[in-house]
Amino acid sequence: MKSSVIVFPGSNCDRDIAVALEKLQFKNKMVWHKETSLPKSDLIVIPGGFSYGDYLRSGAIAGKSLIIDEVIKAANSGCLVLGICNGFQILTETGLLKGTLLRNKNLRFINRDVNIKVINNQTKFSSKYKSNQILKINIAHNEGNYFTNSKHLDQLKKDNLIAFKYCDENGNINESSNPNGALENIAGIYNTKKNILGMMPHPERMVDDIISNTDGISLFSGLIN
Amino acid sequence: MGKQFQLNSKKNKLRFSVTVTLKKDVLDPQGKVVQNTLLNLGMSNLKNIRQGKFFEIEIDETDQIMAEKKVEEMCQKLLVNFIIEDYKINILK
Repeated sequence: MKSSVIVFPGSNCDRDIAVALEKLQFKNKMVWHKETSLPKSDLIVIPGGFSYGDYLRSGAIAGKSLIIDEVIKAANSGCLVLGICNGFQILTETGLLKGTLLRNKNLRFINRDVNIKVINNQTKFSSKYKSNQILKINIAHNEGNYFTNSKHLDQLKKDNLIAFKYCDENGNINESSNPNGALENIAGIYNTKKNILGMMPHPERMVDDIISNTDGISLFSGLIN
Repeated sequence: MGKQFQLNSKKNKLRFSVTVTLKKDVLDPQGKVVQNTLLNLGMSNLKNIRQGKFFEIEIDETDQIMAEKKVEEMCQKLLVNFIIEDYKINILK
């Protein structure tokens, strides 16, 4: 299984995701944003960070970079694409995922472990999780407040495109378990073909008991087969 | 030569402003905080504040319609996120 991690000026989770992928036996390559071709990849990861210092809007400038045209082509031909945190913001700016990420409702940068619930476990990314399984995953963002129009929200629900929702430790999805104000507690979504996943939580930070937990492993190990 | 070039570029230049604001139904937490702070400063008749962005754009073009089209394209391609933002283009004299 070959993976590529796209690196922008200001990416800061690129090495973490590379460590996680290599731990799970991916053959990974780092790809600088100025490249105009992608190595052959089964999975492309757009990592977290502050690409271009969040200038204009989070992910807006990275979403127009040279390598992005190749990412869009690969995604449209079925390649798996995972955008985490700033990577999710970049995917919405490219149009590969619909909606956008607004400033957190409380106007604060939030860095803590939160609970999320697996809403759809029928995709390549989530097949190793149980339906409604509760994971504890770190979030670290300033703009994680997912927003989209009501027509798209209906489609997300109807086509089972909501990947994860924020919840409490008992799985309750409500306002008090919503850290950033995201619409209907949405923490991650798929595109209609379900080969693209964008999520605010950081699964790459949850692959080792020594530093956190291992709740993120199944997301990557599910892709290996 | 340098002077001539400067003269030409001045003649060809058209200036625009683009104002980008959040759509009415999108929550603007930054605007709210600014509003609350102004209310605390005693601006009691303040009704509402929405925060936005302002761009000043110079285009090397003599034809106003062509230049406006370019600015429009800039808005479409990068400056505006149409899901949450509205924009207004004005020509600056």
